[in-house]
Amino acid sequence: MEYFIQQLINGLTLGSIYGLIAIGYTMVYGIIGMINFAHGDIFMIGAFISLAVFLILTSVLGFAFLPVVLLIVIIVAMLFTSAWGWTVERVAYRPLRGSFRLAPLITAIGMSIVLQNFVQVTQGARVKPLPPQIRGGVTLIEGSTEAGTIVVQLSYMQIIIIVTTVVLMAAFTLLISRTSLGRAQRACEQDRKMAALLGVDVDRTISLTFVMGAALAAVAGFMFLLLYGVIDFYIGFVAGVKAFTAAVLGGIGSLPGAMLGGLLIGLIEVFWSGYFSVEYKDVAAFSILAIVLIFLPSGLLGRPEVEKV
Amino acid sequence: MAASETQVPTSTQKPVGAQAQSEARRAAPHTTEAASKNRLAASLRDAALAAFLAGVLGFFFIGLRTDLAPGGLDIRARWGAWLTSIAIVFIGRLALNVFVFKAAHPVGEGVGAKIAGVGKAAPKLGKWLTRALFIFALALPFFFTTFFPGRDRQFIDLAILIMTYIMLGWGLNIVVGLAGLLDLGYVAFYAVGAYSFALLAQHFEIGFWAALPLAGLLAAFWGIILGFPVLRLRGDYLAIVTLAFGEIIRIVLLNWYSFTGGPNGISGIPKPTFFGLELGRGDDGFAAFFGIEYDPIQRFIYLYYIIFALALLTNLVTLRLRKLPIGRAWEALREDEIACRSLGINTRNTKLTAFAIGAMFGGFAGSFFATRQGFISPESFTFIESAMILAIVVLGGLGSQLGIVIASIVMIGGIEMLRNLGFLTQIFGPGFDPVQYRMLIFGLAMVLIMVWKPRGLVTTREPTAALREKKRIGADMVAQGEGH
Repeated sequence: MEYFIQQLINGLTLGSIYGLIAIGYTMVYGIIGMINFAHGDIFMIGAFISLAVFLILTSVLGFAFLPVVLLIVIIVAMLFTSAWGWTVERVAYRPLRGSFRLAPLITAIGMSIVLQNFVQVTQGARVKPLPPQIRGGVTLIEGSTEAGTIVVQLSYMQIIIIVTTVVLMAAFTLLISRTSLGRAQRACEQDRKMAALLGVDVDRTISLTFVMGAALAAVAGFMFLLLYGVIDFYIGFVAGVKAFTAAVLGGIGSLPGAMLGGLLIGLIEVFWSGYFSVEYKDVAAFSILAIVLIFLPSGLLGRPEVEKV
Repeated sequence: MAASETQVPTSTQKPVGAQAQSEARRAAPHTTEAASKNRLAASLRDAALAAFLAGVLGFFFIGLRTDLAPGGLDIRARWGAWLTSIAIVFIGRLALNVFVFKAAHPVGEGVGAKIAGVGKAAPKLGKWLTRALFIFALALPFFFTTFFPGRDRQFIDLAILIMTYIMLGWGLNIVVGLAGLLDLGYVAFYAVGAYSFALLAQHFEIGFWAALPLAGLLAAFWGIILGFPVLRLRGDYLAIVTLAFGEIIRIVLLNWYSFTGGPNGISGIPKPTFFGLELGRGDDGFAAFFGIEYDPIQRFIYLYYIIFALALLTNLVTLRLRKLPIGRAWEALREDEIACRSLGINTRNTKLTAFAIGAMFGGFAGSFFATRQGFISPESFTFIESAMILAIVVLGGLGSQLGIVIASIVMIGGIEMLRNLGFLTQIFGPGFDPVQYRMLIFGLAMVLIMVWKPRGLVTTREPTAALREKKRIGADMVAQGEGH
């Protein structure tokens, strides 16, 4: 039982990260109907920027007060990663808007290769380990079994991740439901041509969608860095596919769905590795992707897609 | 990189996307002297913006570098490289602006017209180019042994590699180019073919020629198994699911130690024989039987002809299939699936055949790969490999057979060229290794060519049978909205 609760906490933590990435997929899919295959690599870019900012602040400038450092890292990483997200859309997707359906997907794959190899060339192929920065936690349950005592711990790290995710999600939901940008976005999602006729700057709205997705991915990247302590140029691929799975599971185009899907995928992955086998945890995620797409293409919270001729 | 190309003045309602570009192009010739000064100013401003953006993007990647150091991670600055990259982007963008985007007479104009002219003459040119390439490919091993006796082994090895990619490209072309199904997991069938042959050889001592059809059949079988549930999915979902299947197969190969040997792979895969004759030094070998002197190069020449024949088989089958109803159905499916369904074509079976036949050729290529290497491991079957084959198909022009040949030669040969660019280290310093840039170049080429010519750079393939008035598809032809 203790083991189960501990895994539940770990799963929710991991799921928060997937959920934040999944929002980027789901928003882009909702608005222009394409899979932004390079989004996982934007997440990776965010992790690398966070690492660089963190190192500058701590080892070059000598800041020691951790909360301030974390805050600055998150803000800087969000800003710079957004620039990446904007550029990717501008270079690879906007010229192909209106082209045949697979064209942007192919450039997205190309962009993903470009980003991975750009980071590999400029930052090296070896992994970058960062020693754990936030130690300690709250002990929830202390139980004893024949093997010894089991302690269910909610670490400060996990608290930070979950709280940050909840705060970001709340802010984001407000942004979509209350601001004029959110309204423009929802309008573009429903009917791009009509929105343009009514004076919504469609290009700008789409660009901002990419910017927001990238900013959330940057936060996810930073939390991934803190949680696992190891990053390399390839982390975006698997994390990206899993986050996409989360977006599909929750119903692509639906924001609460992305978060729900992220949490479910995180839980499934953690329980699968905890109770079955660690080697096949990626197989579990990939199989869920296939199964959901085949049997439940509109996901848990999504609307069924109408085919337009 | 940055900023829009829109040039329409005195209007707050700017056209977007492709429409903006076409309008800018239409507006371009009517400019006066004053406008040309404006144009230069605009070009400079635009280039400065692009350079600024490059500076922002490159700051944490080119400007700074984190490295492992004894006391943890170490960060150091590379301002020189950072400033150079900004300067390159500024100059490049400025040159593009001045000569292409904002020029009164874009440089590309004439070239574009010429390409179009060549395109009109293409059937003839293409035919001759095909014949010339075929004859060269036929005589290739002897060409190299005669003219480059010292380096013939290296060249023939490269030719085998290029030929393998041509075959894979042709195989994938059936799925992507003809039927229009984006398959991101093609390497899975390559892996199935390679592992089928390796395992058959290991457990049942079956030779290459007996295993080849089996490997192809098994790959086709897997193609059907994987294809059956997913083929009713729409284009981009299909792509992601095939990617997932490709990864699943790789992970299973990696972790099923008892069956596949896990990350250690399978070694000692037998070489192909020539009607039962080994191509070795022994008394019952090929050389001894025909009474010629043994030379290690014979094995390479033989391997080259095997893959050449396999690739030709792929091509012939594709060419014939394209003339059959099933091939016509594939092309119709690519152009418009809904119309196909309305006309009573069984889209599921049509897709499934494309998938299975494509997979079969992938399986053939896979077992050739296994016998050539003598050793296989899951390392060789990563997603990057799928992406590379896809890049070849895309760059060659979706659906074009000749395009794939040219794209393979340029891209795979280009990578090899990168290895020989030793002089670049004198410019960029001793640590410069051009080979590590190959995937970067691959990816950039994929993006740029897709943006520039969505239907492929080398050639485009129109449907074999079409009404004279074709539905034209492309970024520059559909103004806005949901062109299909």
